[in-house]
Amino acid sequence: MPAKDDQAFTLSTLPPELDAERLKGMYRTMFLIRRFEERVNELYMEGRIPSTLHLYIGQEAVATGVCAALNQDDCVFSTHRPHGHALAKGVAPRAIMAELFAKATGCCKAKGGSMHVGDVRVGMYPAIAIVGANVPIAAGVALAFKMQKSRRVAVSFFGDGAANEGAWHEGLNIASIWKLPVIFVCENNLYAASTPFSLAFNIENVADRAPGYGIPGVVVDGNDVLAVYEVTRAAVERARRGDGPTLIECKTYRQCGHSRSDPRTYRSREEEAAWRERDPIPNFRKWLLAQAVCSPRDLDELEKGVEQTIAEAIAFAESSPDPQPADLYTDVFKE
Amino acid sequence: MVQMSIAEALRQAIREEMRRDERVFCIGEDIGVKGGFGGAFTVTQGLSEEFGHERILDTPISETAIAGVAIGAAMAGMRPIADVQYGDFLFCMMDQLANQAAKMRYMSGEQVSVPLVMRAPVGATSRGAQHAQSLEAFFTHIPGLKVVAPATAYDAKGLLKSAVRDENPVIVFEHKLLYGSKGARAERGALSPVGEVPEEEYLVPIGKGIVRREGKDVTIVAKLLTLYRALAAAEKLAAEGIEAEVIDPRTLVPLDKELILASVRKTGRLVIVEEDNLTGGWAAEIAAIVAEEAFDYLDAPIKRVSAPDVPPPFAPILEREYVPDEGKIIRAVRALF
Repeated sequence: MPAKDDQAFTLSTLPPELDAERLKGMYRTMFLIRRFEERVNELYMEGRIPSTLHLYIGQEAVATGVCAALNQDDCVFSTHRPHGHALAKGVAPRAIMAELFAKATGCCKAKGGSMHVGDVRVGMYPAIAIVGANVPIAAGVALAFKMQKSRRVAVSFFGDGAANEGAWHEGLNIASIWKLPVIFVCENNLYAASTPFSLAFNIENVADRAPGYGIPGVVVDGNDVLAVYEVTRAAVERARRGDGPTLIECKTYRQCGHSRSDPRTYRSREEEAAWRERDPIPNFRKWLLAQAVCSPRDLDELEKGVEQTIAEAIAFAESSPDPQPADLYTDVFKE
Repeated sequence: MVQMSIAEALRQAIREEMRRDERVFCIGEDIGVKGGFGGAFTVTQGLSEEFGHERILDTPISETAIAGVAIGAAMAGMRPIADVQYGDFLFCMMDQLANQAAKMRYMSGEQVSVPLVMRAPVGATSRGAQHAQSLEAFFTHIPGLKVVAPATAYDAKGLLKSAVRDENPVIVFEHKLLYGSKGARAERGALSPVGEVPEEEYLVPIGKGIVRREGKDVTIVAKLLTLYRALAAAEKLAAEGIEAEVIDPRTLVPLDKELILASVRKTGRLVIVEEDNLTGGWAAEIAAIVAEEAFDYLDAPIKRVSAPDVPPPFAPILEREYVPDEGKIIRAVRALF
């Protein structure tokens, strides 16, 4: 666990573009993800959402910090745990919610579900639920950006488990040799499903592998949204300059189980409590108030607005039509 | 009209598409290295001199990355033509093809399509179990992939150009003994048919089969190398008084079902030939379609001439036993009368 406050920012050490509005926006995104996931969990437990869920609770600072350093036309690739990335990249909460409810108005017309949410119009490709598989694909999108002489970048989000997949290694290597504008963001939440990091790696950090591919590797406190933002901004600049990829490892913690059926018997309640102390959201809230970025009343109002957004998303999803049986047969091929 | 081999026809198709559309590029192993192979069977020879290494991309030996990068590039507006040295290596990239390329459009609710071409050489050529398989059936089974299998220079060029312009992932199977590769990359025992190819622009539509030989007594469906074995068998059978109609489907997905059904309704007999293993094969699917949709027209059981359910062997004498040949086709046809 990274030491608390070891890289604490003050307003004077922040990147200058992070004004009060943007800082509040980052808080809003994290709070939106947290409350969205909590409400989705409740709806699932009530039997109103089918399938399974992989919740992002505890990791909100990663998606938020990374996406805050991107432009809307930059692209991200996600995993089987994609709700946080989708919300941070700007996919409409109602479109995600409707997808989870398996409604025709969902972002993937109810053909994707929780594990494939996305909206390409805001740079969120449909999430890819095979571990590690998005790494070479994100490199391919970055290759297209390079060939098109655009300044756009691609981001591949993945968990620590993905770093032991062949696709990960092939993707990092090819992105490095071709200096592709892609950023690899590892969310090391310490467990691949139930398997602890130490059983799957004989190294301390996933980022230690970066030199083996000839690219920079950075370890950052994944529960500190400003720290995540800062390292991502540097990686994005490097990618836009044409200098190639960066591997960023965000040390974080999945506060929930792997999926809905996970009772978390492979880890201690003490460990969970220690990480809850480092919960990215209350800590950032405290920081915003301590730095006088905004008042408690500002944040209360912002939070109320988020609750309203989620309530509207649920109402939209519930009142939306189901897909028709005939929809089964469409969208396989493009004419 | 110009006479050319299939390798030359494929190369010409790639060249024309790359000149026509700057989004088109090639990606694969040993395809453009100076002094290198120009692709395992010389199809991309000389292209890096015309288009540069920015559009003829030599990769490390990383089949998953070849597929994944091509898929990503296709999703972001490019038109990649990827290849593997041997079709057998498609298994290395199976997740990317089966879970990613094939399903991306469907699971995204049609937000994204993957206009990718994946070229793959198939066929037994005394290289043993891992460089000789015919894998078509695996890919016809996956919804979301189109599959073509050209057997002539004309079709190779016209179908590859159509594949590049298609909005979906298209797997192009090419047979090693049909390429007509020259020099150090020439294949021993190759058939290497040379065919007429128009000088002007043309496309062969994906999804249209063709009758290669007309006949009234039996329908033989065959593709790639086995098409030539079937045509040779048909000549011998004609001397015995059996007129075989030989159909080359050219595209496996989407299948020109009506062409096959119409022929079977006329002849009343069906033999399907393929180099793939028997069980769960492509021939089995054709047989099932005809049994379901033209059963009343059949005067005899449907026969499959496939490779047996063993891996491709090494020894030439065993390989001859493994692959469908003229004699096996003739025996299968005779058994129906």
